[in-house]
Amino acid sequence: MILRNLTPTEVPETSSPGIPAAVPEGRLHRPAAVAATCAALAVLLSGSVLLAISLGPAPVPPADTARFLWAALTGGEVAAVDITTYQIIWEIRTPRVLLAALVGAGLSAVGVAVQVMVRNALADPFVLGVSSGAAVGAVGVTVSGGLAGLGLHAVSGGAFAGALFASFLVYFASSRGGALSPLRLVLTGVCVSFGLQAVMSVIIYLAPTSEATSTVLYWTMGSFGAASWSVLPVVTATVLLGIAVLHRRSRSLDVMALGDETAVSLGISPDRQRRSLLVLASLLTGVMVAVSGAISFVGLVMPHLVRLLTGAGHARVLALAPLAGAVFMVWADLIARTLAAPRELPIGVITALVGVPVFITLMRRKSYLFGGR
Amino acid sequence: MELTLDRVTFSLDGKTLVRDLSLQARSGQVIGLVGPNGSGKSTALRCVYRALKPTCGTVLVDRLDLASLTLRESARAVAAMTQDSTVELDFTVEEVVALGRAPHLRGNQNLSARERDLVTGTMARLDICHLARRGILTLSGGERQRVLVARALVQEPKILVLDEPTNHLDVRHQIELLSLLRGLGPTVLVVLHDLNLAAAACDRLAVLSHGRLVASGTPEEALTAELLREVFGVRADVVRHPRTGDPQLLYALIPHL
Repeated sequence: MILRNLTPTEVPETSSPGIPAAVPEGRLHRPAAVAATCAALAVLLSGSVLLAISLGPAPVPPADTARFLWAALTGGEVAAVDITTYQIIWEIRTPRVLLAALVGAGLSAVGVAVQVMVRNALADPFVLGVSSGAAVGAVGVTVSGGLAGLGLHAVSGGAFAGALFASFLVYFASSRGGALSPLRLVLTGVCVSFGLQAVMSVIIYLAPTSEATSTVLYWTMGSFGAASWSVLPVVTATVLLGIAVLHRRSRSLDVMALGDETAVSLGISPDRQRRSLLVLASLLTGVMVAVSGAISFVGLVMPHLVRLLTGAGHARVLALAPLAGAVFMVWADLIARTLAAPRELPIGVITALVGVPVFITLMRRKSYLFGGR
Repeated sequence: MELTLDRVTFSLDGKTLVRDLSLQARSGQVIGLVGPNGSGKSTALRCVYRALKPTCGTVLVDRLDLASLTLRESARAVAAMTQDSTVELDFTVEEVVALGRAPHLRGNQNLSARERDLVTGTMARLDICHLARRGILTLSGGERQRVLVARALVQEPKILVLDEPTNHLDVRHQIELLSLLRGLGPTVLVVLHDLNLAAAACDRLAVLSHGRLVASGTPEEALTAELLREVFGVRADVVRHPRTGDPQLLYALIPHL
């Protein structure tokens, strides 16, 4: 991407050990450095979570926030005068901030996996049509009043079902004789997305209720406004388990990035890998979209950002990307709900407004190559 | 270890790309696979490293049918340097070489001390130690080829297959790479375009034409003027290399000479 890296391709190979090799500067390679960065990010994440819970239309001093959280976790007493503040902290802000952290982590990890799965630097968790599927599902439920058995979670249920439906559609349309070509996956994903968006437009056109329109906005821009304790257990379990599974497969992902033929010669079947990654990515993204809508940009850019810092090895990338994504999302959500308070900005707007300049700056400063381009 | 191709046939969409190919490579031999474009060399090779499944016939490593093994198991016996070795992400040279251990390791299991020594030793053997921390995408063609050979060797294969490993290399690197193949340890099956280099580097040559084996034997036996005319459609004089004694071909660009 940067001219500096493209010009000196023919480095004289006679170069004696005296000539220092151009080590990519600033990359974390030693396991100790990665562990230290992980620890630092974890501390940063805890601090950010505490701060984000404290801040809002009614700011609470972080010390009080910590006291309320402690009381909630240990079943301690809260003075009667503090009960409203306590409820804001514990019932509204805490689940919201935790959900933001989880979704940020999950989207970043899935983005890493999807970019390897479809061999495309532009891929993000939504490339397989998951987001438009979720929007159609959510709007469909809103308009038809279906899934009433799920009560409050009917719309989320519809979104999840829609997301999975889109993934299955992409899978069956793109697989041929057991083989899943990366290019066909991306193209089918894009086509299915367009198709589902058309379906969504038809539904809105035929049932022009304001509720349907706001549902669409919510699902396409994303928001953590509907966060509650009741959805957190499912999301926590899915996201943490999913990240753990992806991390366990980091060497397979490394091998996949060497190309299909080489992967086979190293004992890994790329088709089987892609199939299971597709299932994993769809489930994870489906769950996340169902509770927060399609928050763009994080899953696309966080993988690149982390690779810029640590190099391409997936053991490192999949350790750091979720933490970095979580921190980023907590702050993005904080900005989204405080910048124009009491009104709330769609979080997708913030992730893009903050992320794009940061990313472009880093791209210009560091050497970064994806697929030799 | 012995590599045997027993009547291997591969067809795709009704077209037979390799027909009834039988080959045998004895332990430690370097076997060259030569033939004009589209003669089925790469297809035959891909059957050996299991990117393709033969329609009929078997590929045996020491009398063990590769198809009866899992991909992981056969990857411990057969390593490949493929023609389409595109790397997507900017791994460091060290990382790429270490990935050769993938078929021997479970999940994210770390490399043992012996395996780390193996990686360092192999990189030293291929003179790429100074590149260890360089990104693979920043290397020149010759450097990258050597990295990929190192990765295949770190796999500790019994059989090493290489698909046109000298592609894009200048003449010095072609010679360096091919002289490395001799005395490497594993049995080597290599596809080469340059017949002179093939004659110099290989113990035996197998000549393919339209998916069939049309000649095999020592370079001297396989490369005859008649065969070159019939199979490759070129007129060439076969002479002996004054120092090594290997058969070498002299081409004449003017037909009537």
